[in-house]
Amino acid sequence: MADGPLAEALLRRLEAADGGLDSAELAAELGVEHQAVVGAVKSLQALGEIIEAELRSTRRWELTAEGEEIAREGSHEARVFRSVPPEGLAQSELVRLPSGKVGFSKAMSNKWIRVDKSAADGPRVFRVVDSVEDEVQRRLQLVRGGQAEKLAEKERSELRKRKLLTEVTLKTYWVSKGSAFSTSVSKQEAELSPEMISSGSWRDRPFKAYNFLARGVLPDSGHLHPLLKVRTQFRQIFLEMGFTEMPTDNFIESSFWNFDALFQPQQHPARDQHDTFFLQDPAEALQLPMDYVHRVKRTHSQGGYGSQGYKYTWKLDEARKNLLRTHTTAASARALYRLARKKPFTPVKYFSIDRVFRNETLDATHLAEFHQIEGVVADHGLTLGHLMGVLREFFTKLGITQLRFKPAYNPYTEPSMEVFSYHQGLKKWVEVGNSGLFRPEMLLPMGLPENVSVIAWGLSLERPTMIKYGINNIRELVGHKVNLQMVYDSPLCRLDAEAGPLQTQEAA
Amino acid sequence: MPTVGVKRDLLFQALGRTYTDEEFDELCFEFGLELDEITSEKEIISKEQGNKKAEGASDVVLYKIDVPANRYDLLCLEGLVRGLQVFKERIKAPVYKRLMPNGEIQKLIITEETAKIRPYAVAAVLRNVKFTKDRYDSFIELQEKLHQNICRKRALVAIGTHDLDTLSGPFTYTAKRPSDIKFKPLSKTKEYTACELMNIYKTDNHLKHYLHIIENKPLYPVIYDSNGVVLSMPPIINGNHSKITVNTRNIFIECTGTDFTKAKIVLDIIVTMFSEYCENQFTVEAAEVVFPNGKSYTFPELAYRKEMVRADLINKKVGIRESPENLAKLLTRMCLKSEVIGDGNQIEIEIPPTRADIIHACDIVEDAAIAYGYNNIQMTLPKTYTIANQFPLNKLTELLRHDMAAAGFTEALTFALCSQEDIADKLGLDISATKAVHISNPKTAEFQVARTTLLPGLLKTIAANRKMPLPLKLFEISDIVVKDATRDVGARNYRHLCAVYYNKNPGFEIIHGLLDRIMQLLGVPPGEKKGGYVIRASEGPVLRPGQFP
Repeated sequence: MADGPLAEALLRRLEAADGGLDSAELAAELGVEHQAVVGAVKSLQALGEIIEAELRSTRRWELTAEGEEIAREGSHEARVFRSVPPEGLAQSELVRLPSGKVGFSKAMSNKWIRVDKSAADGPRVFRVVDSVEDEVQRRLQLVRGGQAEKLAEKERSELRKRKLLTEVTLKTYWVSKGSAFSTSVSKQEAELSPEMISSGSWRDRPFKAYNFLARGVLPDSGHLHPLLKVRTQFRQIFLEMGFTEMPTDNFIESSFWNFDALFQPQQHPARDQHDTFFLQDPAEALQLPMDYVHRVKRTHSQGGYGSQGYKYTWKLDEARKNLLRTHTTAASARALYRLARKKPFTPVKYFSIDRVFRNETLDATHLAEFHQIEGVVADHGLTLGHLMGVLREFFTKLGITQLRFKPAYNPYTEPSMEVFSYHQGLKKWVEVGNSGLFRPEMLLPMGLPENVSVIAWGLSLERPTMIKYGINNIRELVGHKVNLQMVYDSPLCRLDAEAGPLQTQEAA
Repeated sequence: MPTVGVKRDLLFQALGRTYTDEEFDELCFEFGLELDEITSEKEIISKEQGNKKAEGASDVVLYKIDVPANRYDLLCLEGLVRGLQVFKERIKAPVYKRLMPNGEIQKLIITEETAKIRPYAVAAVLRNVKFTKDRYDSFIELQEKLHQNICRKRALVAIGTHDLDTLSGPFTYTAKRPSDIKFKPLSKTKEYTACELMNIYKTDNHLKHYLHIIENKPLYPVIYDSNGVVLSMPPIINGNHSKITVNTRNIFIECTGTDFTKAKIVLDIIVTMFSEYCENQFTVEAAEVVFPNGKSYTFPELAYRKEMVRADLINKKVGIRESPENLAKLLTRMCLKSEVIGDGNQIEIEIPPTRADIIHACDIVEDAAIAYGYNNIQMTLPKTYTIANQFPLNKLTELLRHDMAAAGFTEALTFALCSQEDIADKLGLDISATKAVHISNPKTAEFQVARTTLLPGLLKTIAANRKMPLPLKLFEISDIVVKDATRDVGARNYRHLCAVYYNKNPGFEIIHGLLDRIMQLLGVPPGEKKGGYVIRASEGPVLRPGQFP
């Protein structure tokens, strides 16, 4: 059974043809659309080696709709000329004619007509010559007759500029017999239908092969944001390690909790207008835990708890200043203060991942807000070795195994260490986090027992995410300028199943 | 973190050996420094001003080294070398001595007029100094580094150094009306009044940053010698008369400021670093400062303090088991001369005047750990047993965002800070009605307020993604901030969920359906009954009247 009458006709003609046939010629002979013949060729091609079809493209000049009109009716300028009677015509009347405007200027430049501006009832147009040759019409008629090659290149391009001609590319097939040529081919089934199954006819039917090279249709779906997918993984890692999530749902913080409680002196550069967003309204914290505040004040200004202190005049006004928290450590300080008030002391492991704000200079990798990841462990007798041990486990879960530690300075941790990991792509050690033991000047005024140590570390969420997803500009990831296509296309976040986020790709 | 630039060859000469870049990088890492960049003056100029300007500049190799912000003793070549040499046990830490002069002591008398501007001053003298061009440059550079860091851009402390041989004491530190102060400042050829100078320096790229410190005060601080020569007008500029040069032998150093402790630290650092070049190395000549109350003090303090730390405390904090003797040795390598005393477990540590950063035993513990080598410490896991809990609000957020995506909506992540216009004008609201918190020092309008609604962020996300095929279905679950007088800081976060459907047709039923789905997920039944939900029309400027709750 042939695949449709057109395909059948094609095969019969091909059988009789010497060598092959052209799809466009066939369409003309059969009096059908060329596209229908192309469809038949394609459906026969899909059946295997029945025919061979070679794509050929031919370029041809065709008239545009306007070109057709001119070939038929004459050029605009000729029509203008013809409509001007020997006694002349008012210009205002002339431009109202269908070809008037275009034709007028062209006829003027051809010097076929002239305008008499001194006429009593406005400018009047007169013929200059008796008759004209409509060269444009003649040329277009040549093209229509398939004789475009008779025109000079310059003439054609002039007509094209006037949008009367276009050059079109016609794609045709040169069809010849294939190795399995036959005039009787049976149609293949595209899909299995319930009827075929119930009637059993599927047993005798050939089925069309699937095209595995084509892309499937993606399902309609929603997508999670890549940065927050990474956040989910970090939360998961902390939960697997037995860490409890701290509340961090307060972007507004007092300087007291953000700085003073952390033993960060009031003249510290981080407390500058250049680095921190302060609030105009509400400008000051309404309540502070005054007992504790006094202990903090004393520790800063005079020392105590084994400390020399910073020996400066500590001001309550400075501590009251509200700001957008610059780190989640402010929330950790609150959590540790709550822990200190609970007696007896119970060991804890805490974590948080949330937004922090810096009034910094912005660039491709820095925004005024970013997410900070923080881990905290408080227990009796914790050591620097414990901190390193916890960090090793934490980073192993991120797929980072090569770690080394560098002495560093943080105002609220001592000892402090920066965490470096070896980056396979960059062939160097890159900083992946910051850590340390909280200073006794921070912990003891809270009321934590003296032999309790608190180890802590932090890193940003954005940096590992940018490296993992190969994003160079942070604005494509965070904020409204996000590239939604990137969000749609981003794969799962499986930190440990890969070579590791910092090892897979070049760092941003 | 301050960065110190030193000439590599000069550094290696002072260290008595050469290193490859990698070796030196390794040494820095171990000691808590960071070899940030290897460059040259030529390279720096060419990077900043183009190749043309760099022609003829020096191509001597420079090391840019990041120094921890509290280690003022490492802010110059002299200090870096001393620290590293002691660390590598090639030299012993010098002992800094304050000497009384043979003749009369230099006096600096503070008058009470300074009280309201910069009440504190300290001073010292370096005798028989031998400068070279490099040493002189380092001396100037150290003052600049101190000014930028511990001195908080000269607000807390300002340093003036003078050729003592051009002056005659006693000196007076006072404050005068700007129009009454007249002198020839550094690198100017004629005298100006303080008023004129403040005007001139408004266009000086370096000095303009310090003018605000005294600009609006009725009196400006000024230091005179006994002949009325102006030494300096702190914290702005020194006088040209007492300018130091490579040939200066005797240096008078004064530090004025608002923070007495820091002024003393700054003076200690300068004299400990550069007494190395005195004929009598590491000695400093005392100066006397008389305060308005008549009390007089001798500076520099150069105080050595003794601390006692038990060896087992260090071992317990670091997680190592070193003998007290070894720990004492480790600390000595950090310029903290230590010895075992008492019951054999007690370590006595001498904190030198260079180490103002040591204010607690934990600082000593850290130095022991650095000398031991962080990467030699055995990693162990704490036995801390805990049960993990999620913060309930975040737990719900996590669950909900997965189901929002399952419902076909895509998660957006927008900024918590925005302009007033975003949350008020553009939504047809008055800013006062939003209860928004306002930022006092935004650099641009993008950071005027914290958002009070998630909607503007989602709309902006749509606007930035107009090239994407329709429909766009977006959601965000995140925090907004409003003022709340019941909270300690006067403001609080609320967790919001916002979703937007964007298409050529309005599709209200789609967003309505999403709301129903959310309520279904939250187990809230539709209906007027208690615990149920209903949607009612309301009037709001954002949406078409009567169209949404």
